[in-house]
Amino acid sequence: MIITEQKSLEEILRMLESFRKVFIIGCGTCATVVQTGGEEQVKQMAERLKNSGKDVVGAVVVETPCDARILRRDTRNFKNVIQSSDVILCMTCGAGVQDVVEHLRKPSIPALNTKFLGIIEHIGEFYERCRACGECILHETGGICPVVRCPKGMLNGPCGGMYDGKCEVGGYKRDCVWVLIYDRLKELNMLDIYRSYKPPRDNSKLNVQPRDIIWVKN
Amino acid sequence: MSGETISELMASLKSGKFTFTGELEPEKTTNLNRYVEAAKKIKGYVVACNITDNPQSFAYISSLAASYIIQRDSGLETIYQITCRDRNRIAIFSDLLGASALGIRNVLALTGDHTTLGDTPHAKPVFDLDSVQLIKMIRRIVDEGIDMNGKPIESPPKFFIGAGANPNAHPIEPELIKFEKKVYAGADFFQTQVVFDIEKAKNFLKETSKYNVPVIIGIFPLKSYGVAEYFDKNVPGVKVPKDLMDALAKASEISDKNLRRAKYDKINLKYFSNFIKELRGTTSASGCHIMSVGYEEIIPLLVKAAE
Ligand code: SF4
Ligand code: SF4
Repeated sequence: MIITEQKSLEEILRMLESFRKVFIIGCGTCATVVQTGGEEQVKQMAERLKNSGKDVVGAVVVETPCDARILRRDTRNFKNVIQSSDVILCMTCGAGVQDVVEHLRKPSIPALNTKFLGIIEHIGEFYERCRACGECILHETGGICPVVRCPKGMLNGPCGGMYDGKCEVGGYKRDCVWVLIYDRLKELNMLDIYRSYKPPRDNSKLNVQPRDIIWVKN
Repeated sequence: MSGETISELMASLKSGKFTFTGELEPEKTTNLNRYVEAAKKIKGYVVACNITDNPQSFAYISSLAASYIIQRDSGLETIYQITCRDRNRIAIFSDLLGASALGIRNVLALTGDHTTLGDTPHAKPVFDLDSVQLIKMIRRIVDEGIDMNGKPIESPPKFFIGAGANPNAHPIEPELIKFEKKVYAGADFFQTQVVFDIEKAKNFLKETSKYNVPVIIGIFPLKSYGVAEYFDKNVPGVKVPKDLMDALAKASEISDKNLRRAKYDKINLKYFSNFIKELRGTTSASGCHIMSVGYEEIIPLLVKAAE
């Protein structure tokens, strides 16, 4: 899930300063689950903006704003009202905002901060678990990602900053992921994997930015 | 540790002699005189001396420049510390060739503390390699004369390759496996973090002696009670033993400055000479790494006292 956080109303109003007529687009997928851009939050946002003197001309929660096809489908009925608006406020992740601009050709403003790819323990408790590094190595680490969870991106075991199973970064409050990985692999009887040398990562793929995937037909 | 002897440190460890190394921490300066003087003082007592690479992520003078100048001007061989925090593999590779061209023969390959710990926490942490990968990279440069991509190096450098280890690590098992990885990656010797508890050193050495790679145990003579307190509180996993702490506390109450200094020295000499004697007499330790930042004058006394 893409974990997002709502920006403060103050910041949103600042971004909207030069616009009056606002159309709001929410997200029916990640932002709905995370409760930052679903039906409920879009409704609340419309209220708050009205109370702050904005003219909210319409709103829709698009099932997946990051999917161009669905974005077009779900906004079709709003074409005219979107045309008449000055700005679109996107309660979506950053990918959603960009898709909106690309396809609806209107000034668009992010209402959310996109934080990370994570898991939801409860609503209000989210943990980053993947950085989309492009070369997944979870099979070597007992399913625990060191790319995300080790601040030094170590690949061959804990650094000298580990103490009592905790990480030097952030004042020994978080678990050292390499101790978690060790414990997990031990439990799974896979310590041989832990012992094996892990070569430096190939950054060449990651360094070509932005990354894209285009299927080629054979 | 086979092949041609390329440094005095290597020669000393090869000979099986109990070997002392020291450590200097040049800070935010371009003037290294004070460190050169300190190096001259400890020369003859330590075989070589580490030059730290932006320790605790404080931005200081380059360890490469300092290693070169201190070695050149004091005649004491240096151990050039190189961490993965600030440089990617291209920069590290290029610094290593530079170091060799400047006559540096010993390197200590470390991961490095995280950027957020130091005085420039907004810096981008690099960590392109980890310490095991760095050791392996240096090994290949030295043994095969090639870079990371297999390209040949004209007049490849020769280095005596050191690695770090932490006998205080808790849990210890992942650290021991990492030690093994460093051995297989090609470490020629190890220097450990500071140990006060001789039992920890002994246990660590018992587990690591089977690899037959020299391990030099780190110690830290405590210049004053204040230093001891700081260490005790701020260095995780390192506890200054209570009797040593108490003795230093008592000494701190002596009002005469010279008498107080003499007492501090006496306490350190007693504690650490016993520590060293026990290491030398009962363990496989290859030596002692005396990290006495700002307290170099204790080294000659300590080395003599431990004889
Ligand atoms: S290794 Fe970690 S960051 Fe990379 S793809 Fe797998 S989970 Fe994501
Ligand atoms: S303590 Fe563990 S998690 Fe923290 S930087 Fe070191 S290896 Fe990574």
